[in-house]
Amino acid sequence: MKQAVYFHPALRVLHWLMAAAILMMLFIGVAMVSIVSSAHSLLVSIHKPLGVMILLLVIVRLWLRFTTAKPALPASIPAWQRGMAHLSHWMLYLMMVAQPLIGWAMLSAAGYPVTLGNGIVLPPIMDISNDRYAILRPLHTWVALALFAMIMLHLAAALLHAFVLRDGVFSSMTGHRKP
Amino acid sequence: MNSKVHLNRQTVVRLALVGIIPLILFLLFLWTGGWLTPQRLTSDKLVDVLQQSGGVHKGYRRNHAKGMCVLGSFISNGNASVLSRASLFSKGETAVTGRFAIAGGAPAAPDYTVPVRSMALSFQQSNGEQWRTGMNAMPFFPVSSVESFFELQTATLPDAATGKPNPEKLRSFVMNHPEIKPFFAWAKQYTPSSSWASDRFNSLNAFRLIDKAGHEQLVRWSMVPHAGFTPISDADKQNSDFLQQDLQHRLGQGALKWDLVFTLAQAGDKGDDATKAWPADRKTINAGTLVLNKAIPQQQGPCNDINYDPLILPDGMAPSADPILNARSSAYAKSYNLRTHEQAQQKGETL
Repeated sequence: MKQAVYFHPALRVLHWLMAAAILMMLFIGVAMVSIVSSAHSLLVSIHKPLGVMILLLVIVRLWLRFTTAKPALPASIPAWQRGMAHLSHWMLYLMMVAQPLIGWAMLSAAGYPVTLGNGIVLPPIMDISNDRYAILRPLHTWVALALFAMIMLHLAAALLHAFVLRDGVFSSMTGHRKP
Repeated sequence: MNSKVHLNRQTVVRLALVGIIPLILFLLFLWTGGWLTPQRLTSDKLVDVLQQSGGVHKGYRRNHAKGMCVLGSFISNGNASVLSRASLFSKGETAVTGRFAIAGGAPAAPDYTVPVRSMALSFQQSNGEQWRTGMNAMPFFPVSSVESFFELQTATLPDAATGKPNPEKLRSFVMNHPEIKPFFAWAKQYTPSSSWASDRFNSLNAFRLIDKAGHEQLVRWSMVPHAGFTPISDADKQNSDFLQQDLQHRLGQGALKWDLVFTLAQAGDKGDDATKAWPADRKTINAGTLVLNKAIPQQQGPCNDINYDPLILPDGMAPSADPILNARSSAYAKSYNLRTHEQAQQKGETL
């Protein structure tokens, strides 16, 4: 396989689209559970379909991730940092898949209809169970906070590569490299 | 490619950016979640103030804590299907899981001490959608905004010294919120009934019905009882659980019925102020009959784990601009999360 310099264009598009969607989702999430204004119902009505969209996108993205050539990390990066980079990326993927499923399962366990608007309803993926809801609801919050923390670290690392190290790691996701 | 870092001025600026950009996002995140603005009114605060007035009763709802589950169905006559495309309004039957309750956060409050009663219903449409509603047996809501609801709850909290609400605080609340006067006038002359079965329960908040073509009609609704009104008796006033016993007794003799009656707003009727009932001459539509056949104590009942969030609506129904609705939805969710967690804790099954 030819050594890639950039991620596959479709993967790059998905990355930035999902970055925006997930950040939006996390901000909507923390806002909608605390505010009591009329934005509450608006945010809830965005949160659910957006979550489903993210779940669908991450499935496509994982498939692309495994089937397209990916650029190698530059040789200048020490082994422990490579290990950290790989671990953090797989944790991000894990949380991106798990979080919408936890949300869906939690609504199912509570007996809430999983409505996406316009009369579209998803089937429950779990039987109604107070005990499971009592676990899944706080879990949804903890995974959200962990995901946000992880994204901030990912962003800081990406910016370090972009602004300071300028070693091609950041541009492998933007597709533009300064000469 | 050069990965060596030269610590010149430009690099310091670049390095600072690496930290500042995530930091700004982090602060924005904290602000969005309300963690940087403790003065902002949140669902936590609403639940807190209810807990302060009713006490913390783990595993119970934070308001309307004492109640009973009921099962039955809604028999639609099809009349409301011209206003709403929700399938439950087509001619036919929809299963209902409901709950009768009395207001307040104390699950052992004697029934006769609480004049305000409620009926909550969850209609299960066959397509998986639900309509959940919580209605009260009063003609209008005491306040029109979330902020004034919070102020009212705070003003009526028991005083630390006397153990009773401070009348001075309530007086100053009424001074600033004259919109509450009709409610107090109503409460003063109101004699509660001897039964949930004979109470008329009102949506209080307005909603929108949406038909197949997308036309909207602003409505409120009432559950109008078939059973005739009898005032609360002296014997009732000696019996802490007379409402629950009466309900069991009546259901032992046969089903209990209410008509679901929609009141249609006219141009100019406001949907965002629950303190004002619409004029009595507004057109009404009888949408069908609620038939309840069975009551079950709430601790074992199917209603206990239902959050009667008024914003769980099927396609064909939508909220109005009434600000109370969003606050109810947000605070009910908080109460639900707390009590389900506590119930699991009591059973020893939590995260």
